[in-house]
Amino acid sequence: MATGAPFYVVVTGNPNCGKTTVFNALTGLRAKVGNYPGVTVERKEGRMLGAPADLPVMVLDLPGTYSLSPQSLDEQIVRDVLYHRVPAVPPPQAVVLVVDASNLQRNLYFATQVIELGYPTIVALNMIDVAHKNGHEIDAAKLGEALGVPVMPVVASSGQGMSALREKIVAALRDGRGAVSVKSFCKPPSELAREVSAVAKQIAAPVTPRHSFAEALLLLSDDKFIDSSGGHYPPATRQTVEAARRRLEEEGVDWRSAAIESRYSRISAIQQAVTTDRLVAAETFSDRLDRVLTHKVWGLLVFVVVLTVIFQSIFTFAKLPMKGLEQGVDFVGQHVGALLPPGALNSLVIDGIIAGVGAVVVFLPQICLLFLFLGLLEDTGYMARAAFLMDRVMSKVGLHGKSFIPMLSSFACAIPGIMATRTIENPRDRLVTVMISPLMSCSARLPVYTVLIAACIPETKVLGFVRLPGVVLFTMYALGILVALVMAWLFKKTLLRGPAPMLIMELPPYKRPLARTVLRHVWDRAQLFLTQAGTIILAINIVLWFLVSYPKNSEVKREFDLQRAAVETKTFPGLTDPKAVAAAKADALAHIDIEEKGATLRGSFAGHMGRALEPILRPLGFDWKIGIGIISSFAAREVFVSTMSQVYNVGGYDDTEEGTQSLAAIMREQKRPDGSVIYTPLLGLTLMVFYVFALQCASTVAVVRRETNSWKWPAIQWLYMGVLAWTLAFLTWHGGKLLGWG
Amino acid sequence: MTAALQPLTSLQAGQKATVSEIKLPPPERSRLQELGLVSGTPVELVRFALLGDPVELRVRGYNLSVSRHEAEQILVQFAA
Ligand SMILES: Nc1nc2c(ncn2[C@@H]2O[C@H](COP(=O)(O)OP(=O)(O)O)[C@@H](O)[C@H]2O)c(=O)[nH]1
Repeated sequence: MATGAPFYVVVTGNPNCGKTTVFNALTGLRAKVGNYPGVTVERKEGRMLGAPADLPVMVLDLPGTYSLSPQSLDEQIVRDVLYHRVPAVPPPQAVVLVVDASNLQRNLYFATQVIELGYPTIVALNMIDVAHKNGHEIDAAKLGEALGVPVMPVVASSGQGMSALREKIVAALRDGRGAVSVKSFCKPPSELAREVSAVAKQIAAPVTPRHSFAEALLLLSDDKFIDSSGGHYPPATRQTVEAARRRLEEEGVDWRSAAIESRYSRISAIQQAVTTDRLVAAETFSDRLDRVLTHKVWGLLVFVVVLTVIFQSIFTFAKLPMKGLEQGVDFVGQHVGALLPPGALNSLVIDGIIAGVGAVVVFLPQICLLFLFLGLLEDTGYMARAAFLMDRVMSKVGLHGKSFIPMLSSFACAIPGIMATRTIENPRDRLVTVMISPLMSCSARLPVYTVLIAACIPETKVLGFVRLPGVVLFTMYALGILVALVMAWLFKKTLLRGPAPMLIMELPPYKRPLARTVLRHVWDRAQLFLTQAGTIILAINIVLWFLVSYPKNSEVKREFDLQRAAVETKTFPGLTDPKAVAAAKADALAHIDIEEKGATLRGSFAGHMGRALEPILRPLGFDWKIGIGIISSFAAREVFVSTMSQVYNVGGYDDTEEGTQSLAAIMREQKRPDGSVIYTPLLGLTLMVFYVFALQCASTVAVVRRETNSWKWPAIQWLYMGVLAWTLAFLTWHGGKLLGWG
Repeated sequence: MTAALQPLTSLQAGQKATVSEIKLPPPERSRLQELGLVSGTPVELVRFALLGDPVELRVRGYNLSVSRHEAEQILVQFAA
């Protein structure tokens, strides 16, 4: 049995050093994924496998970082955890530093910074297989001597050396004292050293006693260290630091770079002392692959092919499981429905809860597929190349190349798209991408477009060969993209103004992906979506269910009950076969049910809201029945179609070809009070434009709330998209009238 | 024999030089230095992307992509 609280160990290192792989190997597949309080930086922790019973170990995986001078939210979290500034995270009792042996110098920059903090530290010298292949042999013992901490060579992807690493972690925790003497790897010029010592005296409670020099060094040489520390330092510290910088400037010392240069010169010396180089081909396999994959022509071609494969699969492979899930939900609904007595509870369970759960789980196949592909792209190292290729295009609207994939994913569904923005480090760029992603026409808009095109757009040919419906469909997609780019540009100029994103990005060597890592990634995302977004989506669905089913009008019910009674006693003179009579009765009853549903809907809160909205909708040419459709599709756009079927008493709508056709046929017959046709081509266009822009998707709102950790951004998004939808629909309607289309 | 300083972008793909100075605002400059581009470090220009932006570099044994604008502000010295 475990006794007491577990020991806390953090895993840290540069991005792409194999940190996740080391973490997975240490903890098995039982890690918990969450967020740090108040920010959407992923927090992963799990119990270490193979820890002795009396010494349970909890391992926390920190985000990848290049230095202790943070440039992003992720990096700030790393620094803050190592400085005990995240209240929800207990102070680590040991640090596992993952160092990429095939990229030793740059990895040692961060590693030596962390070693100086004075924790009991163990270096996991990872990727020694890659270093070997590149012709570098590293003497781990010698490196350990130079660094003053134990160095354990490992190949995390194959598990080699992992058990020795585990033993070393346990030993370090048992010992508890850490290194006897902490080495320093930075010998700054004497002027700087003098000022650092002075500042160090001011630090009230350093992390470890030896650590105040390291902290003072960062305080002095990192411009933003104090600002990014919240209220951690008293104003006096800032004054001391600023005065020290002024003195250094007078003495001609570049306080920003002196420490970095000094650290790198020490690192170069260490690296040369511990590495033996063999002569191998100068060009690695990865370099050769890059000749093609980042080539100006071939690279782009490959990229287009990769994207096509991904999005075709999301559309086609996801269809089958989605259909299956929908049918499963229907099946459960019917069976549960049979168990419960008819009435309000029955309706709540089936139309509210089960349908709400259904609305959540149908997204799962798309989310899993997309994250399977994204995991593969990320794990092989291709993602960085994709960003490299797209950077120029995206930077035109002020975005990073990495925004491209989430935006593209949003064509399938904005939800995985928005979740995929986590690969963008800069929070501002991530937010802009989140804000514009729902403007991409997702697959839920397709049924709406399809019905409206079938109902409103004539099957004529344009320019003699292309069919008008196809042109209209394409226009809707293009409109979304165009406005998304304009909005991205606008956001970057206004609300989310900031310097153009830093485009400094590592292009890690290609690696063979590990199935374990990729599947783990898919699983984490799926879980995250189900637990957190799922609850909000479900709640919104129940509210909407209430709006469309209440108030119940007893008048209406009585009237339909009378009609039903009439059917029971009705005789069918033409029919003699009792079976045929029964069938005719059932038919008539079903018809009454549909009409009752329609009547209830028209009299419901949603119906009233539809009428209340009429003044806003009339300028767009919409009537209150369309208003009901719009309101009900706030849960999900495709609900528009089934709601319109109820409004027009079409009966059980199914999204088969005939379902669409019969609804479209009835819509074509609808007339305004003055006898003119309602669903003219212009009205169809206007309504479609409205649907391109309006954020009618509870799930997106829920996910944006989750990813931005506030209601502010989903509110802004909902409003700006609503304003866009109304304005552009208005312009379409009246512009079309002026052109004489309607 | 100190050759004249020139922007990194004046190199051809595959050419090498030595970092001398970075004329960028502090966050970018410090980050590039922390990534190993301190003065005196050998650097290779690996390739330009389509339309010459971004630029791929090789420094201290790994590859890095920076925007053309950033690369233009990294001044280098030819290893004559
Ligand atoms: N050859 C080799 N590949 C590794 C090793 N450790 C991790 N990898 C691979 O390196 C890539 C990046 O690893 P990951 O753990 O995602 O890196 P992180 O960004 O630091 O979390 C993945 O494709 C891993 O499978 C190793 O020791 N040897």
